[in-house]
Amino acid sequence: MAETTANTASVGSVQSETSGMGRSILGAITNRLVIIVPYLWLLFFFLVPFAIVFKISLSQTAISMPPYTPVFGFDNFLESVRDLSFDNYVWLTEDALYFRAYVSSLFIAAVSTLLTLLVGYPIAYGMARAPTAIRPTLLMLVILPFWTSFLIRVYAWIGILKPEGLLNQVLLATGIIDQPLIILNTNIAIFIGIVYSYLPFMVLPLYSALEKMDYSLIEAAQDLGCRPIAAFWKITFPLSLSGVVAGCLLVFIPAVGEFVIPDLLGGSQTLMIGKTLWSEFFNNRDWPVASAVAVILLLILVVPIMFFQSAQARAQEQGRT
Amino acid sequence: MSGKWSRFNIVSIVLGFAFLYLPIVILVLFSFNASKLVTVWGGFSIKWYYSLFQNQGLIDAAWVTLRVGFISATAATVLGTLAALALTRYTRFRGRVLFSGMVFAPLVMPEVITGLSLLLLFVAIGLDRGFLTVTLAHITFSMCFVAVVVQSRLLTFDRSIEEAAMDLGATPVRTFFQITLPVILPAIVSGWMLAFTLSLDDLVIASFTSGPGATTLPMKIYSQVRLGVTPEINAACTLLIALVAIGVIAASIVNKRREVQRLRDEQAAQRT
Repeated sequence: MAETTANTASVGSVQSETSGMGRSILGAITNRLVIIVPYLWLLFFFLVPFAIVFKISLSQTAISMPPYTPVFGFDNFLESVRDLSFDNYVWLTEDALYFRAYVSSLFIAAVSTLLTLLVGYPIAYGMARAPTAIRPTLLMLVILPFWTSFLIRVYAWIGILKPEGLLNQVLLATGIIDQPLIILNTNIAIFIGIVYSYLPFMVLPLYSALEKMDYSLIEAAQDLGCRPIAAFWKITFPLSLSGVVAGCLLVFIPAVGEFVIPDLLGGSQTLMIGKTLWSEFFNNRDWPVASAVAVILLLILVVPIMFFQSAQARAQEQGRT
Repeated sequence: MSGKWSRFNIVSIVLGFAFLYLPIVILVLFSFNASKLVTVWGGFSIKWYYSLFQNQGLIDAAWVTLRVGFISATAATVLGTLAALALTRYTRFRGRVLFSGMVFAPLVMPEVITGLSLLLLFVAIGLDRGFLTVTLAHITFSMCFVAVVVQSRLLTFDRSIEEAAMDLGATPVRTFFQITLPVILPAIVSGWMLAFTLSLDDLVIASFTSGPGATTLPMKIYSQVRLGVTPEINAACTLLIALVAIGVIAASIVNKRREVQRLRDEQAAQRT
């Protein structure tokens, strides 16, 4: 890496694949702007904020201004660097509530991801095997709910799941149950909410992996006496593994920090870290502790996020060739 | 499995789509319910839409949301397209790994983290929370989605027509506007639409970064949802769904027309 970048002095000095054509200075400048403008934007609005979160998480709780007081300029900023403290992190380890919230978020996200995979795989598989003519329509039908508001889709489930809701009405009327099921405000409602909201994120990468598959391999296996289920586990599933990994990461990572679903569908005893962070910030107005919660959450997620990014980069390399 | 599309495949697709669409259909149906009870059908009525248009708070919030969405989607499309060009066209520049990390990470970053970190940035630089801060926040996270959409189109782009244009003496800038841009335009348009709906939808990041004067529609809906399910909210949701559905369907019709036109042009070109 060091050798290959040795001749590129700075962020802006680029080696375009087309620059060999020897173009004007104007061209060189636009080349640089193409990189520099989005680069600086993301540095300032994505990376720098994390540094600030980290810094605030190390400040004393007393230093924090109450919300809506915009006086927190760079002067105070530098002063407060002197009294960095790890109190907030100590606080997080002392109160078992936070630890339980992290563990329960990871657990809920993992179970939901598995359920989404189980629901999404047959759909993606059915789409990949559908006649070519109707595949674009099916694809659009999967993407369409994604365009409607997340909040609305979660809200729609409240009316269905609550004790006097539609699901219970239907089940009671048909005589399947004689007591209304309590689903809303439990973890089951959260599982349903996450599976429902994130299903397109699972189906799309699975579909693109399964669509590329050569189905004559399965026919060959079956001709050689392999049973359909064995053929699935030996051929189809391994070949779709890239889609499985991408889909699971796309569901798991945001689900760990999910706020809207546990807040609207979960109960008061539901512990999820996104909800904890939200209430530390908005209800307790404790910005330093909220920041510390965010830093730990980020540390937990940094490995899956990097994994996701390298998978994306690999897919991009394959797309190039 | 000799038949290409087995019964199992069809059943799983039908069940899957029922799962995806039934809740939305139910929500839309109950917005026309005369009864105030959201789960009991009391006859057809559009009175909730009427009372919706009497609710000045909701209308104000809708205007804020549309303005934030329009401005942020437009800026995010420009920045996202540039980022996509940078990622696909320049394979070597210092900090490329960091750059691609910053483009992909926001796609999966939990919203509470993005919201909190942007808020702390705005406070640190002394920017008053309001319309501007929500817009800046929305530009930042939606530009990454635009970048991914445009990038996937650029990866399959045939570079030789660009080279041909440059060989014929076109400057890189002119080549971009006359050759590259028309080809990737559908991806840019769908990127814009994606950014617009992401902005329209966002509750968490807006709640962190917005100030007293700039309440967006999702924030308004959320505060009412917490008090309970009402047919009025169903009506507001139905209007939002209708707006998005019209946009998506219109875009797909335009895309299809363009595709047909392109095929016709290609056939005409081959004949001559």
